[in-house]
Amino acid sequence: MNAQLSTSHSVGKPADSKKRRPFSIAEWVAGIVKYAVLILLAVTFVMPFYWMVSSALKNDAQVYVAPPIWFPSPAFWNNFPDAWNSQPFTQYMMNTLFLYAVPYTIVTVLSSAIVAYGFSRIQWKWRDTLFYLCLATMMVPFQVQMVPLFMIFKKLHWINSFLPLIIPACFGSPYFIFMLRQFFRTIPAELSDAARIDGASEFDILWRIMLPLSRPALTVVSLLAFIGAWNDYLGPLIYVHDQSKFVLALGVESLRRTFTFNSTIANAYPYLMAVSTLVVLPIIIIFFFGQRVFIEGISMTGLKE
Amino acid sequence: MNRSFTKPRSQRDLLLGLLFVSPWLIGFLLWTVYPLISSFYYSFTRYDLLRPAWWIGFGNYIELFTEDATFPKVIGNTLYYVLLSAPMGVISAFLMAALLNTKIMARPFFRAIFFFPAIVPTIVVAMVWQFLLNTQFGLINSLMQGLGLPVIPFLSSPALAKPSLIMIYMWAQGNAMVIFLATLQDVPRALYEAAELDGANAFHKFWHITIPMCTPVILFNLIMGFIEGFQSFTLPWLVTGGGPSNSTELYGLYLYRNAFEFLRMGKASALAWMLFIVIVTFTFILFRTSARWVYYGGEK
Repeated sequence: MNAQLSTSHSVGKPADSKKRRPFSIAEWVAGIVKYAVLILLAVTFVMPFYWMVSSALKNDAQVYVAPPIWFPSPAFWNNFPDAWNSQPFTQYMMNTLFLYAVPYTIVTVLSSAIVAYGFSRIQWKWRDTLFYLCLATMMVPFQVQMVPLFMIFKKLHWINSFLPLIIPACFGSPYFIFMLRQFFRTIPAELSDAARIDGASEFDILWRIMLPLSRPALTVVSLLAFIGAWNDYLGPLIYVHDQSKFVLALGVESLRRTFTFNSTIANAYPYLMAVSTLVVLPIIIIFFFGQRVFIEGISMTGLKE
Repeated sequence: MNRSFTKPRSQRDLLLGLLFVSPWLIGFLLWTVYPLISSFYYSFTRYDLLRPAWWIGFGNYIELFTEDATFPKVIGNTLYYVLLSAPMGVISAFLMAALLNTKIMARPFFRAIFFFPAIVPTIVVAMVWQFLLNTQFGLINSLMQGLGLPVIPFLSSPALAKPSLIMIYMWAQGNAMVIFLATLQDVPRALYEAAELDGANAFHKFWHITIPMCTPVILFNLIMGFIEGFQSFTLPWLVTGGGPSNSTELYGLYLYRNAFEFLRMGKASALAWMLFIVIVTFTFILFRTSARWVYYGGEK
């Protein structure tokens, strides 16, 4: 392996500069095989979602039948409101949004940005050592913290509230600190130096220069934080026991439990699939509009200096 | 700021730096260091949240290794799951990224489809796959019956439950795939061109350039996969709940059960500490062996 070559980094257009040869038969076959594999994989990935939505529109007779029905007719669109209202899902959604996901996203992004600034834009002794320590904490399993933290929060009477999930998030999350630090490092140092000469404080620089320039990174981190909270199951499972405070994930599971305990209730699967569809819908919408931001953001986590 | 004139620059910067990272530093002491020390202490006690904890020395550890009939099974399940799911997740994510990195039409479309399951709530993943893999009226078994094939008890047979969970896990490896794809796109074109001049075919290029250039990221994703695997809870908890006959009772599930179902906080702490040590050791070993197979090319 010639290490010299890789330093040149000539990431040009994909081989188009070379002369085009006419396609050979072998290339045609390879191309067909490639697209066959791609399409087969794509079908495997989409099928579960298609099945979820189409089953949400069925009644029991259409679910428990062989061969399976691909296009339910008639389609029972009422399953969506009926399933949603079979438990207080509107309440669960409000809890998920306003008691958990929104406050969690705000505090975790803000605190991570402040910490990331300290880890990237100020030169100080031990900075990198502490940063590696911060990364290393990602190795500490959640389960080690789970038991002692539960005891602390119980003593503080925070059980059945979202404080145990939001207060620790006010101290930054290593993953987001890492992503924001990587981004902050790409912003030229001259910008902050110029501001310092004009008498700006470090906090001014963070607030007025870094954050506005980091909008793409902040968007990714906010989306990931929001989706993380929206999808979280274990956190609420441990701390939120009161049904009136349930989040959507706990609500779906509670709906399933009513069906497992009483197998005579009609429309178990259609209702579960309808609620699942509605829970995943906001994620689909966020992903549809933010796909590029998203994928580029996650690429940032690849170990790049 | 007058302070900059009274104190030397480096000392001022040290204080400023510490000030900015202080949220994390305080959080680290409160939510990581304290729980670590405290659960180490509790691991030597018996504690049910109702009465005060009392010291039982190595009681919990001795119980786990000599009396607890479930624990050996939990270890076996976890090793099976982790040693398969992490490498298989990395391999499938890598192959899909490599496929997407070839010249194809509609790459963003396929990339979006392969990535999407990674951000779907686990509760939804669990509900949908449980339904799809159902023995009596799941889509997959209905289709197989239609083809005259036997019914496969994916989630209801102890032998197949773990492989089925691993399959669902692999389906949601979009994060790793996207990281691989970004790495593949950064492999310098010049390497391939030089290899082509030397008469290398597609396989040679993949084996001697693509894979070595990606080894740092393979290591990263593998470590993340192992850490995730050892701790995994939500997917197995919601899909199989540890069954059938404890065949998917993974470490995370058993730990949760001891803490919050059996209220054995001391025993759960002992389990948590052993998990911590296993993860650190595993990561350390992977890093040590990595010198032999990870290629840090002309990076620096």
